Amino acid sequence: MAYFLFFLLAIVCVGAVLGMIFSRNQAYNALLLVLAFAALGGIFGLLSAPFIAVVQIIIYAGAIMVLFIFVIMMINLREGILPEKKKWTIYLSAALALILIVELILAARGSFQALTGPGGEEIASPKALGKLLFTEYLYPFEITSILIIAALVGAIILVKKKEEE
Amino acid sequence: MIPGSYFFILSVILFILGVIAFFVKRDLITQFLSIEVMLNAGNLAFIAFARALNSLHGQVIVFFIITVAAAEAAVGLAIILLIFRQKKTIKSEDMNLMKG
Repeated sequence: MAYFLFFLLAIVCVGAVLGMIFSRNQAYNALLLVLAFAALGGIFGLLSAPFIAVVQIIIYAGAIMVLFIFVIMMINLREGILPEKKKWTIYLSAALALILIVELILAARGSFQALTGPGGEEIASPKALGKLLFTEYLYPFEITSILIIAALVGAIILVKKKEEE
Repeated sequence: MIPGSYFFILSVILFILGVIAFFVKRDLITQFLSIEVMLNAGNLAFIAFARALNSLHGQVIVFFIITVAAAEAAVGLAIILLIFRQKKTIKSEDMNLMKG
């Protein structure tokens, strides 16, 4: 059952990203990514990380993608962007990607031993995660709040229209 | 229990697809979306290792990555909007101000 769920979610996720590569419409791209991120949230749930799964669906598939869709609506290009005329860049990028995938697998081959280890079967409860977040990671957590304030103010300043001109 | 290497392979595939999308696509918004795909592939690898090593620290790191990704999306989209207002285009080929 778990294998079936894993392969179903993995196929949905990879298929949605492939669809993003082949589709030319930006709004479809964003919606396909919502699907991919929601499927990835399910995979996080399979990995016994329920809190991260919920955060993934609420923040990634919800908030961030809504932000993207808003910007796509504001830009509103009537006709999609034409694909690259030069075909050779596509072939070159595919070849380089193939090399990169082999490199990544080779580089991570040593850690497969760790991945097939006993593994933690127990569910990582939000309580344990919160305790860790507010004791050991308290300092990074507070810095994150400053980062978010800075990003918020920066985004508003960037997009604001000047009144005087 | 599904072995962790399956999840790791899936994360590698997602990362590669993100790289391909970044280089094949020509508009800034889709390229930005493919960066998000790559970030999520990294998250998946973190959580796979966190389960295999039976530690919660990987999940905390993923929590921080998601937060930073939200901040990054806000600023990046503001920059894209600004570029669109000034140049009336979001094709990445038209961003050639620094070309000699």
